[in-house]
Amino acid sequence: MSEEKLHAAVQAMSERFEAEVEVFRGETTLFLAAEKMPAAAAALRDEFGFDNLLDASALDYWPETPDLGRFHVFYQLFSMQHYAMLRLRTRLDNANPTMPTLTGVYPNANWKEREMWDMFGITFEDHPDPRRILMPYDWEGHPLRKDYPLGYEEIQFTFNFDEINQRKPNAKGLR
Amino acid sequence: MGLEQKAGDMGIVTARLEDVVNWARTRAMWPALFGLACCAIEMMAAQAANYDMSRFGMELMRASPRQSDLMFVAGRVTNKMGPVLRRLYNQMPDPKWVISMGDCASCGGVFNNYAIFQGVDEVVPVDVYVAGCPPRPEALFHAVITLHEKVKREKLTKYA
Repeated sequence: MSEEKLHAAVQAMSERFEAEVEVFRGETTLFLAAEKMPAAAAALRDEFGFDNLLDASALDYWPETPDLGRFHVFYQLFSMQHYAMLRLRTRLDNANPTMPTLTGVYPNANWKEREMWDMFGITFEDHPDPRRILMPYDWEGHPLRKDYPLGYEEIQFTFNFDEINQRKPNAKGLR
Repeated sequence: MGLEQKAGDMGIVTARLEDVVNWARTRAMWPALFGLACCAIEMMAAQAANYDMSRFGMELMRASPRQSDLMFVAGRVTNKMGPVLRRLYNQMPDPKWVISMGDCASCGGVFNNYAIFQGVDEVVPVDVYVAGCPPRPEALFHAVITLHEKVKREKLTKYA
């Protein structure tokens, strides 16, 4: 029963919003343009009963596609009435990864989109609270991008013990 | 030779002031409630019935840093948490000690990246480091006993 409802929703979506459909191992994904996402999500929520946003995050495909379609943003939707899962996905460029926010449609997208801004640098237009959520508020850079350095510290062996110890002024009791 | 024989009939015992003060400080050291991550679970296990921390005078953890002497930094400290940790340490009155519990607090542990402090001694001065991921309650008690021995050797002029 849920298969038919899902089919109907997918059909309507691909007609109205020009979505490409991809089915892989029982999971359905709709690729959309970024500007159409809020309208598509609203239609799915109101007419087809996809009332739950389970997850929203981003992917970084650098260095495969460094300029066009570098970031993919996906929203995982779930319908409790019909027991069906659907994924909405967009491609964003590297130069200006912006897309309209889905907070008006699904309020729990608020923190998910803050996390995407913090970790990937994807801005959301009209987001009610565009702040960093995981890193400190004055951090520069977007850590989960593929070209962000790991930021690891050199291991403190005996030959560089003193140099590294100078960065730890509070380490008393060690030589 | 017991206390009665030393005191004799007078009921008076003399000792160095330093020893008495350090003895008092070790016997009732109140820890601050500062469990951050997985090591906090082991700290709770050490506090609970089977391995009892109230044997060492740490009957309960004080929620307020202003009423505690000892801070177990139990868990990894992120860049966002660093200033908070330093502020809580500053709010503790002297004399105060810090036990860095676990690998993440001592040296960054398995997390060698941009987000975690590579050792909490970048922020607060540490007295005893405990290795382990997480350290067993027995290891934590070994750290507490080591700290007691360190405190017994302290000079009176340290906090004068």
